[in-house]
Amino acid sequence: MIGDTTLDTKNVADLSHLRAQFPILSETVHGKPLVFLDSAASAQKPDAVIDAMSTMMRTQYANIHRGLHWMSERATEAYEIARSRVATLLGANAREEIVFTRNSTEAINLVAYSYGSLLKPGQAVLISEMEHHSNIVPWQLLRDRVGVELRVAPVTDDGDLDIEAFGDLLSDGKVALVAITHMSNVLGTVTPARRLADMAHAAGAKILFDGSQAVVHRRVDVRALDADFYVFTGHKLYGPSGIGALWARRELLEEMPPFMGGGDMISTVTFEHSTWAPPPAKFEAGTPAIVEAVGLGAAIDWVEGVGLDAISAHEAALTAHALRVLPEVPGLRIVGRPADRGGVVSFTMEDVHPHDIATLLDRNGIAVRAGHHCAEPLMRRLGLNATARASFGVYTTEAEITVLVETLGRIRSFFV
Amino acid sequence: MDGDSLYDSLIVRRAREPRHAGELADATVQAAGSNPLCGDRIALGVRVDGDRIAAARHVTKGCAICAASADLMAGSIEGRTLSEALDMAGRFHHMLGNGSSVELDDLPESMAAFLPLKTHRSRLRCATLPWTALEEALGHD
Repeated sequence: MIGDTTLDTKNVADLSHLRAQFPILSETVHGKPLVFLDSAASAQKPDAVIDAMSTMMRTQYANIHRGLHWMSERATEAYEIARSRVATLLGANAREEIVFTRNSTEAINLVAYSYGSLLKPGQAVLISEMEHHSNIVPWQLLRDRVGVELRVAPVTDDGDLDIEAFGDLLSDGKVALVAITHMSNVLGTVTPARRLADMAHAAGAKILFDGSQAVVHRRVDVRALDADFYVFTGHKLYGPSGIGALWARRELLEEMPPFMGGGDMISTVTFEHSTWAPPPAKFEAGTPAIVEAVGLGAAIDWVEGVGLDAISAHEAALTAHALRVLPEVPGLRIVGRPADRGGVVSFTMEDVHPHDIATLLDRNGIAVRAGHHCAEPLMRRLGLNATARASFGVYTTEAEITVLVETLGRIRSFFV
Repeated sequence: MDGDSLYDSLIVRRAREPRHAGELADATVQAAGSNPLCGDRIALGVRVDGDRIAAARHVTKGCAICAASADLMAGSIEGRTLSEALDMAGRFHHMLGNGSSVELDDLPESMAAFLPLKTHRSRLRCATLPWTALEEALGHD
């Protein structure tokens, strides 16, 4: 824990104290100070995470759940403490409801494969038009494997979920599972999760939230949301890549068949028959990402130390500022005006392709993402091939947004 | 503006005001190219007369690098034989190849505008996409 890291969103000195904990932020790119506005793709890592992982490898490393020796017991303990951190972060009932995965994508694939195998032809899975490919393709694979129908709830021109259409798609009672983003990685739209869960449950469906973006920007409580499944990835939450998590209600995990077979997920094995370990072990075949899990645990500690509410307020202020000043750039258009949004802003600029924007920003030290953001169907719906996207993190400053706006202005005049 | 060595005025001009854009009604060969990473797309139409390229036109939806590359390519292959055009494609790829010290290598002067891509590796495919489409159109892989 880093008790001294509280965040006053308006206090620049506070923010520099916090930024000093991210070694990469003192790097220069093409001779310019790094302005990192691509946290929605992957966030930078604080010393707390880097040190926790390094310390584990230097002093406490062995394989977990199988060694009878001291080192293995310490490593197992550290790994399981990380699981408890995730459970606390999400407000889960029990740590046994947390399954470690490689990332959100693997967590969704796990549900699509395992829970999906319990679905029958005639049933449907409902997703939305603003999903990341990772919450589209696993359901297409399930559709082709099991014969379920795949339904897609549209988004409005503002970039909100069309709630009425969502309700209509649930109305025949055939939807067994809703799989929907909690926050769009393109538009920043935060979906009305509790309302969607209530609607899904009233129609007899379970609901999975892709929390890859949401969990970074605000406090998530899976019980308050009345979710059935919730997935997120560690690397967007200031933790390492290679580790993510699935939360699911215990009874669902118990009912679900294994995803992958191997060591650690079994109870007994004979050549004729094997039996499974109880969850979460049932879903964690093979040696997991031990060091990365510990890194994720440290990241959650760090985030909780800063305070999710403070992070949320900081990013809301930055986003409001960005939405005010970005349109001052001639020809710039913000994509989407959702009712509730997180710290992600997509935009286009007349006469300048998003990739040219990104390259020219990069030459000035500013990292943004440009492209379809792994959401091609949403881009098609918006009538766009690509957008540029600036996304904010706990370390982002108002001054960085000013640099972005000034540089965008120069880029625009360069092309016109 | 830092980065303007890549955004040579020729590239910006040709992207904004292409000279060889549009559909070729009497094209004898056509090819499409796309970059799934960024969504850039090019449709290329070529009219071959004997063993010579009589006309080339492109419809490009993409960034300035891709659009300018398509336009400069279309202009530079007109009047060339098929084997000359394919040879130019090879030399263009080679010019921008990893670790290549080759510069223009007899390519038209205008192609020098793309040399800064050697230090912008993530944008390389924007420039090579039209040439890859050409190779496909002319049946060469």
